[in-house]
Amino acid sequence: MSFDWKWDFTWEILPRLLAATVNTLIAAGAGYAIAVVLGLVLALAQRTPWKPLTLIVREFVEFIRSTPLVLQIFFVFYVGPQFGIRLSPWTSGMIAIGLHYSAYLSEVYRAGIDAVPRGQWEACRAINLSTRDTYFRVIIPQALPPSIAGMGNYLVGIFKDTPMLSVIGVAELMHAANAIGAENYRFLEPYTLVGLIFLAISLPTAGLVRLFEGWVRRKMGM
Amino acid sequence: MPIWEFLQTYWPLLLNGTLITCAQFLLASVIAIACALAAGLGKLSGNWLIRGAAVIYIEIFRGTSLLVQLYWIFFVLPLFGLTLPSFIAGFLSVGLNVGSYGAEIVRGAIQSVPKGQWEAGYAISMSPAKRMRRIILPQALALMLPPWGNLLIELLKGTALVSLISVADLMFQAKQINASTFLSAQAFGTALVVYYILARFLITPFMRWLERSMARRLGRA
Repeated sequence: MSFDWKWDFTWEILPRLLAATVNTLIAAGAGYAIAVVLGLVLALAQRTPWKPLTLIVREFVEFIRSTPLVLQIFFVFYVGPQFGIRLSPWTSGMIAIGLHYSAYLSEVYRAGIDAVPRGQWEACRAINLSTRDTYFRVIIPQALPPSIAGMGNYLVGIFKDTPMLSVIGVAELMHAANAIGAENYRFLEPYTLVGLIFLAISLPTAGLVRLFEGWVRRKMGM
Repeated sequence: MPIWEFLQTYWPLLLNGTLITCAQFLLASVIAIACALAAGLGKLSGNWLIRGAAVIYIEIFRGTSLLVQLYWIFFVLPLFGLTLPSFIAGFLSVGLNVGSYGAEIVRGAIQSVPKGQWEAGYAISMSPAKRMRRIILPQALALMLPPWGNLLIELLKGTALVSLISVADLMFQAKQINASTFLSAQAFGTALVVYYILARFLITPFMRWLERSMARRLGRA
């Protein structure tokens, strides 16, 4: 190992890292898709009239939010086989990261739904809308714009947490960098490039989220 | 193996791991709070050099993953002649990472102290440093405590990653027990519960208490 940066080595490993970046993006996208849907389920489950369900879901969300994601990834990956369920690294990684972020997103939705003025609920009641129509046609469309900032932050967050999937062998960016480092005994270039790739994706994404939020707010006349 | 037998056999390892996790948490918190204050104030500075340095620090640490930073500090810094033991590299990277998020909280809180407070400090001809220390920061502190409570839980969760550079924390012990016994549900399950207890029944109540005592000191209780 040496301190000097080697450009030929950099060009040699860059295609491999970029290929792994695609996997990272797929992992982040798939995990986020799970989280967006499951988060809404968790948020709505806390609004049912049946109190015990609210309490259980609430505690579950708190539990997921206050324990480390990397431990949850290990848990999902290793506990399945103990009971005869074999999950691939990809599947268990997506379950763990999707579940983790669904807990965060459910809080975002919850805050958004709570921010819808009381009058809207009362108006729905007054014109005799069904619960489903109340949620899907009146409440959720209004709860969405204030939620977009939070949702966008967690999109960037899930992207930055995908390196943790490397611990169970998902072939994403960090995994590729580890492999390259171990093969060549050079860690300077792979790890630095991984950092730069992350910066190059997460900074513009954060900017785009801000633009999108402004656009939605204008569109909704807020 | 039933869970109580598991605990009877492995409690010394798990306890050791928990203590290391607590040590990592406390040391990383100190670094995070120091960095957050420095970068948060730096971002509001009139000097473009200080402001630029703060922005670069915040964007770099917020823009990349904690795991990348951890590996970089542990594996790459030695090439620049700075070799850190894994224990120090662990809490240092967690602290630096969380500090960059804290910096935005600090900046936001300082900016939301009402304008009249700044003007009053100016009117009685306080120096900017004294005004910041005596008037603005104490009020900003009360505003920033609730988001810091969440951030400290993120920090606790971040410390689990130091196990990947072989710091023998709770996560590391759970992994070791799992590797030698294949009792995954017990090992990882216990670790999950311990992290939950630390977050929910130690950090959160402590921050609530801090918020209340802060409010009392500012005469707002």
